[in-house]
Formats: sequence, C-alpha cells, structure tokens
Amino acid sequence: MSRAADYEDVIGLEVHAQLLTRSKMFCGCPTTFGGAPNSQTCPICQGMPGVLPVINRRAVEFAMRTALALHCTINSGCRFARKHYYYPDMPKNYQISQYEEPLAVEGWLEIEVGGQVKRIGIQRVHLEEDVGKLVHEGTLETARASLVDFNRSGVPLMEIVSKPDIRSPEEAAVYFKALRAILIYLGVCDGNMEEGSLRCDTNVSIRPRGSSELGTKVEVKNLNSFKNVQQATAYEGERQRMAITSGQTIVQETRLWEADRSYTLSMRSKEYAHDYRYFPEPDLVPLKVEQRWADQLRTTLPELPVERQRRFVSQYGLPAYDADLLTQSRALADYYEAAVREYPKPKVVSNWVMSELLRELLGDDEAAISKSPIPPRNLARLLALIEDGTISGKIAKDVFEKMYRSGEDAETIVRREGLVQVADAGALGAVVGQVLASNPGAVEDWKKGKKQSLGFLVGQVMKATQGKANPALVNQLLLERLPKEP
Amino acid sequence: MAEPKITLAEVEHVARLARLDLSEPEKKRMRFQLDAILTYIDKLRRLDTDDVEPTSHAIPMVNVMREDEVRPCLPTEEMLANAPEREGDFVRVPRIIEE
Ligand SMILES: [Zn+2]
Repeated sequence: MSRAADYEDVIGLEVHAQLLTRSKMFCGCPTTFGGAPNSQTCPICQGMPGVLPVINRRAVEFAMRTALALHCTINSGCRFARKHYYYPDMPKNYQISQYEEPLAVEGWLEIEVGGQVKRIGIQRVHLEEDVGKLVHEGTLETARASLVDFNRSGVPLMEIVSKPDIRSPEEAAVYFKALRAILIYLGVCDGNMEEGSLRCDTNVSIRPRGSSELGTKVEVKNLNSFKNVQQATAYEGERQRMAITSGQTIVQETRLWEADRSYTLSMRSKEYAHDYRYFPEPDLVPLKVEQRWADQLRTTLPELPVERQRRFVSQYGLPAYDADLLTQSRALADYYEAAVREYPKPKVVSNWVMSELLRELLGDDEAAISKSPIPPRNLARLLALIEDGTISGKIAKDVFEKMYRSGEDAETIVRREGLVQVADAGALGAVVGQVLASNPGAVEDWKKGKKQSLGFLVGQVMKATQGKANPALVNQLLLERLPKEP
Repeated sequence: MAEPKITLAEVEHVARLARLDLSEPEKKRMRFQLDAILTYIDKLRRLDTDDVEPTSHAIPMVNVMREDEVRPCLPTEEMLANAPEREGDFVRVPRIIEE
C-alpha cells in the first residue's frame, strides 16, 4: 500500500488578468467597473448578427509587454479563434479567444521560496474577451432564475498559463503573488482580486515522488486571493492523496473552491465542458508581430519587482525582507526611493515606511499610496528633525500620527505644540536633580549595582519633560551625578 | 438512399452542446439536413489543393486594429428590449442546471 507522503504535488496555474484599457477588446464600450447593469454594451459585445469586431491595439501591446517581461517568445503570427459553449453569460455562444496560435509561448518567471530561487515555466500568454456576470436569485441550489449583467462582456482578458512546474501550495501562492506584482509594475492590470480584475484557476495532480509522468489533473476554479490559491491547492492535493492511497482513481474534472467552507466541490464533467469546437475567428484577420514592434515595446519595460528588490539590497544595503516588502508595489517602492533621496539613510526610512506608514495606509497599491497624507518629502523632513536633535524618536511617532491625520508637515506641528526636544544641559540638569532627589530608592539600588535603575531614572526624567528630553543627554547627566559604578 | 454520414448519436451530442432539446422527428430531420451539408462539403474535397497553403481567411490581410478609444454605448433600455425577460436592468434567464 502506498503512503500519502510518497506522492508529490504537480501544480500549474492559469491566471486571467483584465487589461487596463479604456475600451473593450473588440468594441468601443468602456471597461469601467461598477456601472449600472447593462449600461456598457453595444451590438458588437452583445454578438448581434452582422457586427464586426475590431482588435484593440493597446490590449495587444499590454499582452506583448507582459509576454516580454515573462521572457516569452512572441509568435510572429497569431490568430483569434472562437471557443464555443452555451452559457447565459455569453450572448454570442462563443468566446473570442486564442487557441492553436497564441500571442506568446515559452517563458519563465523566477520565484523565491525558503531562500531558494526557482524558475516556473510559462507555457503561453494569450488574449481573449471576458464574459458577462451572472447573479443568482437566492442561493445557487434554490434559485429559479439568474440575472445577467453584460457590462463585463468583451473586456480584454489576458490568460497566462504556467507549466506544471509548481511543487507545493506555498510555491503556487508565491508564483501568483510574483505574477500579480509584475502585472501591476507593467501597468497592464490593476491586480484587484475583489473586483475580479485578477483571477486564478489551479490545476493539481499528484504523482509518486521521483516519477516524471503526469497524473490525472483536476482544475480548481474560483480563487480570488493568495490565501485561497494556497488553501485550495493544498486541499486538492490532500484529497487526491487520500483517494489514491485508499485505492480510488482520480477523475479529470473541474472543481469549485468553497472558500467559506474550505473544500473543493465537483462542478461538471470535463467530457462535455471541453468540447469547445474551436475554429479560426473569420471576422478577425491574423496578427503579425514585426520584430521591430516587439523591440520597441521592450525598451519601454520598467524595472520589474525582482530586479528592483535586488537593487534595493545592493544599492541601499537593505535586508532582503525589507527589499521584498518595499517592492511589492511599484507605488510603494517609488515612495520609498523618493524619501531616501531626501533623507539618505535607507534603513531608517525603510523602518518608518514599513512600521508606521504601512500601518496607517489601507493598502500598498497606487490608490492607497497616492492618497497618503504624508508625501515622501514630509517623511524625510520628520526624520531629519530626529537626526538634528529637534525632537526625540518617541515624540516623532506622535508627530507622525498627527501628520497623518492633518496632512500638515512635521515642523508646523512641532512648533505649534512645543514639542522641541530639551537638549539644554542647564534646563535638563534641574529636572535630573529633582528626579534624583525624589527617588532615593532607585539611587540606593544603583549603588548596590542594580544597573536597571538607570533606565528607571531616565524614564522619570522623560516623564517629567513629557518626552521632550534628549535621552542621550539625560543618560549622560544622570551618569555624571550618580556615584561611580562599584 | 445511402446511410447518412452523421449518426443519430452525433446529432444528439451536438444538440446537447448547443443546449437544444430536439424531439425524435427533429433529430431525424437534422440528421438528414446535416448530411446534405457534409455531402456538399465533400464536393470541395475533389479539388486538387496540393499546392495551396491552408488559410483561415479569404483575403491576405493582417493587423487590422483600432485605437483604444471609448465610443457611445447602446442605451440600457434599447439593449434590454432584445432580452426575452428582464428584471430591473438585468436580463433574466432560467436558472442554469449543471450536468
Ligand atoms: Zn460593446
């Protein structure tokens, strides 16, 4: 009898990304999210007889940029195809997609798991159109009717299919995360998983360790977060291990991830679902990608997350952890670099961005960063005030919060609230004298060799000055007046 | 009359894919109509195409694209006028039963 531990996961991900074009893939309807139902359609995206779709050039360029960033080969010729299936979310009864001749093939994406860098192969990148959205009346089981909104129908969709190179649920989540970061850096997708701009299906099979054959794969749909990808992939691998080790066979099928109840559910047999009867889309002539077009796009590629992360380590001497976190979003990395330009102490800036700024912000995406009430320059000025001794680090945290609430700069708040650090030996000396006089017990402890009482006394001075005393100076003054260490 | 090129089971299969619920006489009729189409296609096979490159389009044209510009949509009311049934601004369809 085989044991569950004898089997390894073989995982491939299919990621669908809505492209950030203004208009749809084949017509001029807007792609804006959240419009009133059925207010963003036209005869073309509704598939009325006799209409002619025309390819959106920007959508093609976005897919090409992605393909180049993923080190793919862009096919010199590609074609669109009709994928036939009957479902009410698609008025034409076929989806315009790509089949035998996709835009690009054979690339890779590097991920890092447990300190190990690993390359995950990309099988293909192709373009297609999104379908409408179904809302069920009541629950899926009891619904008598479904309601359809076709606003999303025809929105450009890019499908990125990985090779079955992923070996653990954790790798799956890391791959998805890395891919999302690249799409956001490229500016081709907003990466918003709640609104469905980025969706993921996972293909899972298992096989005896050491084997190079592929087992029967099961596709799990409906994954809209990193956590879902990891949990659903883990669940499906375990389900298959249990089935196989108890002598059952795996059926090729599509399953749905039920996030609330954390299990996968059989959706429909693939036998019918996959009889799509693809054929070339007669209404769209082929695309021919000239080398020059690809080369020109290549020059417009931004620095990508992995490269930027490595540069943050080498240029700023940041720990890998900081560099990784700061480069997850292009906007955050830009913010960080702008602050470092004004205040060139990279690790200090990193600490403040990671602990203070990210705690206040609702996210690290473009929208969240651009709404930050503290621009990079103001953060840099605050840090400069700590460095030149104007305020203490402790006060600075309060000032930061006030800056965040009011949008004011640090100097304004410090001046108005009288938070300037007391670094005058004369003034502080008086306070130190009072504290020593009123805490004879702590002084006795010090004489007995209890070094912690120094910390206590510093704390008392800070308290007496509402945190405004310069801690280094307080330390120094106390040491001067306390008896020398025994 | 020769046996049709398409079997009854194949007619049932494509009908199911197209979500068509055909009666027995309809299936029979479809079978003969599809057979007539396939017979017509067979005529094309007699042509010598050895030196002809396969193509998906009749005209040698590539890269027909449009700029990414928004154009006016169809008003919702006009769009919904084509719907078999509506509920509010949605198109209402019978619930989907997965097989
Ligand atoms: Zn349209």
